[in-house]
Amino acid sequence: MQSTARSFKDNVDTALADPNLQDSLSKLKVGFSERRRQAAERLPEFEALRDRARDIKNHALANLDFYLEEFERKVTALGGHVHWAPTADDARRIIADLCRSIGARTVAKSKSMVAEEIGLNEHLEALGIAPIETDLGEYIIQLRHEPPSHIIAPAVHLTKDQVADTFLEHHSKLGFTRRLTERNDLVAEARAVLRQKFLDADVGLTGANFLVAETGSSMLVTNEGNADLSNTLPRMHIVLASIEKVIPTLEDAAVLLRVLARSATGQESSAYTTLNTGPKRPGDLDGPEQYHVVILDNGRSSVLGTEMQDMLRCIRCGACMNHCPVYGAIGGHAYGWVYPGPIGAVLTPQLLGVEEAANLPNASTFCGRCESVCPVRIPLPGLMRHWREREFERHLTPKAIRQGLALWGFMARRPRLYRRMTALANRLLALLGRAEGRYRTLPLAGGWTRFRDFPAPPAGGTFHAQWRRRKP
Amino acid sequence: MSEAGSQADRAAILGSIRRALRRGPLSGAARQAVDARLADPPRGPAVGRAALAEPEKVALFCQWAEFNNATVARVAAADVPGEIVGYLARNNLPAAAAMAPSPALEALDWASQRMLTLRHGRGEGADQVSITGAFAGIAETGTLVMASGPEHPVTLNLLPDTHIVVLREGDIVGGYEEVWQRLRARYGKDAMPRTVNTITGPSRTGDIEQTIELGAHGPRRMHIVVVGG
Repeated sequence: MQSTARSFKDNVDTALADPNLQDSLSKLKVGFSERRRQAAERLPEFEALRDRARDIKNHALANLDFYLEEFERKVTALGGHVHWAPTADDARRIIADLCRSIGARTVAKSKSMVAEEIGLNEHLEALGIAPIETDLGEYIIQLRHEPPSHIIAPAVHLTKDQVADTFLEHHSKLGFTRRLTERNDLVAEARAVLRQKFLDADVGLTGANFLVAETGSSMLVTNEGNADLSNTLPRMHIVLASIEKVIPTLEDAAVLLRVLARSATGQESSAYTTLNTGPKRPGDLDGPEQYHVVILDNGRSSVLGTEMQDMLRCIRCGACMNHCPVYGAIGGHAYGWVYPGPIGAVLTPQLLGVEEAANLPNASTFCGRCESVCPVRIPLPGLMRHWREREFERHLTPKAIRQGLALWGFMARRPRLYRRMTALANRLLALLGRAEGRYRTLPLAGGWTRFRDFPAPPAGGTFHAQWRRRKP
Repeated sequence: MSEAGSQADRAAILGSIRRALRRGPLSGAARQAVDARLADPPRGPAVGRAALAEPEKVALFCQWAEFNNATVARVAAADVPGEIVGYLARNNLPAAAAMAPSPALEALDWASQRMLTLRHGRGEGADQVSITGAFAGIAETGTLVMASGPEHPVTLNLLPDTHIVVLREGDIVGGYEEVWQRLRARYGKDAMPRTVNTITGPSRTGDIEQTIELGAHGPRRMHIVVVGG
């Protein structure tokens, strides 16, 4: 997927001015976060499980090579194949070769963020192989030629009416000529259209939430059942997963499952959690003849052992974006690439480079809600601060901010000058409008006052002055 | 892709991981520790509701299954076919179903229900109703566990509009860890069936305006017949 992270500020202006998006986002703010809170309250052991989930992922990362080899050994023993892809290019090539080896014309795809990351659909289309997104949200945005705006709810930016228009436009040639107005009718129509595509598909491609080293199983957590149709109906099942998805055992999976669904959607459990281990067995009446796992690195191994390693614990639940005031205001597309929200602000600079994504770590109020809800306790604000420092070191910060910080730094190192200047500024602000209690416009602060008033400082001088007077 | 090329890619990833972790392949005590962890997997923090005694465990299973939009009936073995025909009639569904070719299901007294037409085999795209057994039920979340095999095709769990599951009370366990133990006991420590589906209620989606709609791609209705005794 082509990144637009560089034009983040323009993306934000567009997002804030989009009434459909703002309507959709207003629902997000109360939906997921309230349901997560209720689910966490229903399970007294939730916080202890989060601690354990963090420890399991840390253990897996510290022994990543061992668990990946163990996983490969088990998959191979059961008649499956493991393919290693150092780069996105390698993964695209491996998957395309697998599809061509059986003359595949269509690929039923279950939602995979890693597939978005490597731009798989465009690659397959260019080779004349049709990828069909089967997750309802992914299907909707595929019809609209849009990228996902959320990692677990890809079409969360759209309203029901927009979906109705999209379906009418694309389904009328299939005989569905009535514009639908009810959600359940829209779901039923998509089910009917996609059912035949499932039955006809040559390859089923899914991601994986976890790879279980102990058994060589890929584990998928979904609600619709599309991933399970994708891994059961076609002749070939391809799993695409990144290296950090491997965990040691099924017991570890139990812990992670208990925090994943509750953090993501506030469900006690997702409708479908599936373990796939190898191809169809002798005597089985269904299942794929071939089972392949493509393991992608794409820059992740270089994060191991660094101060940024914590980001590799992410289990892609989306809680950080559901609780982020910035995501809640601008939605996912503004972030410009596959992973939005706080985890995107941390991952994107790593995967695409800080030059491309320098704006993203700045899109945070540092309120800390993301870290407080993360099921594997990733210190997201701390990691964003790291990228801000790298941005500053590399002189990527805009000139006005650098000069402003330099001026402030000069003053802050000279306390007497600093106090004199802040006292002067305080008196000046008082003259400009303390009586009203707020300013409609301020010099040098147009960016602030364009959207809201700036509160006037209370009477009594600067903080320093007040502190000196009141100090016991 | 060439075999040599893929071996090089494998070595590149594993080498990059080891360089980042500043060590070679695990050896000695470190290797023994991870081998031991795999051989005897440690459990996570105990979950209180997964550790209930017998009658409460079954009741908890039913409670969470209903919370997750399944319907539940508790009957004796002799009454299973009658309950299923009654369920189909109450919901205006056709008295025809695709049934898993499992000896335990075949052994039930289907002859008593002459109106019911059964087809035995895998699921097909146009199936309205399926009847399957279950490997286990998990009380903690009201979840069914389906192990694939000649007696339980996966397609029956997914393709029909209505999925009817016959679950023995004795197969209801407290939490996920007990299911893993049962799978190891049945299939061996290193061997799993091709697919283990754990299913909690009917298929659903929240992809349009975050409002849950049932029956996205899998069944719209799930009816669980819990068999006592």
